[in-house]
Amino acid sequence: MTILEFTAVVAIVSFVAGLLGSLTGLGGGVVLVPLLTLLFHVDIRYAIGASLVSVIATSSGAAAAYVKEGFSNIRIGMFLEIATTFGALMGAFLATRIPTSALAIIFGAVLIYSAYLSRKPRPLDQRNLPPDPLATRLRMNGSFPDLEGPRSYNVQHVPTGFSLMFGAGALSGLLGIGSGAVKVLAMDQAMRIPFKVSTTTSNFMIGVTAAASAGIYLSRGYVDPGLAMPVMLGVLGGSLLGSRILVKAETKSLRLVFSVVILVLGVQMLYKGFWGKM
Amino acid sequence: MPTAEAPAPQPQPEPWDDHRIEVILGNLLRSGVLLSAAVVLSGACVYLFHHGHEPADYRIFRGEPSEFRTIAGVIHSAVHGRGRGLIQLGLLLLIATPIARVAFSIVGFGIERDRMYVAFTLIVLAILLYSLLGSGVGV
Repeated sequence: MTILEFTAVVAIVSFVAGLLGSLTGLGGGVVLVPLLTLLFHVDIRYAIGASLVSVIATSSGAAAAYVKEGFSNIRIGMFLEIATTFGALMGAFLATRIPTSALAIIFGAVLIYSAYLSRKPRPLDQRNLPPDPLATRLRMNGSFPDLEGPRSYNVQHVPTGFSLMFGAGALSGLLGIGSGAVKVLAMDQAMRIPFKVSTTTSNFMIGVTAAASAGIYLSRGYVDPGLAMPVMLGVLGGSLLGSRILVKAETKSLRLVFSVVILVLGVQMLYKGFWGKM
Repeated sequence: MPTAEAPAPQPQPEPWDDHRIEVILGNLLRSGVLLSAAVVLSGACVYLFHHGHEPADYRIFRGEPSEFRTIAGVIHSAVHGRGRGLIQLGLLLLIATPIARVAFSIVGFGIERDRMYVAFTLIVLAILLYSLLGSGVGV
């Protein structure tokens, strides 16, 4: 395959991945690393570098569309970014010391567990949770425009969410992904943030988290311009299209798409870790 | 964990003040991404024009040469009109975009006189700058 053909095919695949990543809040990276290594036989380190860069493009490109709707909460995002960026730094430093096959197994398990959690029926009355003292102190409670006007919410279990976010950041730094799945679930399940707020706030955080490990990847020579170029441009195009659809989409169907995608990816990661070459 | 602060009446966050800052930051992010995409695209044209018909091979990891691993090296390569240098410069701009978002958030929280969140944001910014400048890229 010539560079011209390779670039075109990778750009198309990345466009689809970006669309999927944006719609689900996953960030596209989780799909990209397996695709680049399995379909295109790219060395995992180049795939991780290109994916990490594309994760920033996905996140930042979609942010403008998200904030116009007033869903995201910058206080929650900024507070949790302390955990994710620190975790990302740790993860990127550890990446060379841990066998990637072991990482794939761990990550596959995390994804499958996440898929299970996201399909668990949630209690219907999520709207009138009592204010948590710590969340109130941190001024995380907010409101967002819903169909019947502004809807307020009270954030719960801040320490649990913060710890999970450190893990999400570490995974992001280790595997070069956005860890959107872990982020959304930590905010959704532990902190009880409404799904639309958690998805969009997590999208905001993914770019910052990825930037925390991107510098380390760049200095290690994991970011190849020839590979990162079609990946970044393709993912950006796909994510811009996806963010337009997201604003109109229903929460229920979104969650279904979301959980199916993370389940498939989890199985894929487990298989890769046990039997595949990393 | 927040430490005990002076009991001075802190203004409650106004959701629409927050929202205004978010809109500005969102536009900043989009401009940064579009700028970086334009630089990457221009580099792609040069790169594909010169190397488009060579075989693509990413099976074996060799690591990038130092000109693509440091900020100074990337700028040097891009100034000389090299396609891959331009792409790498665009990618550096992309990495800088969320960092700029965090830096501008300090201003936003400052306007709201939210000292706690100014401090949180400074911590995040310090981690990001350490990664970009302290891990060898800046040299």
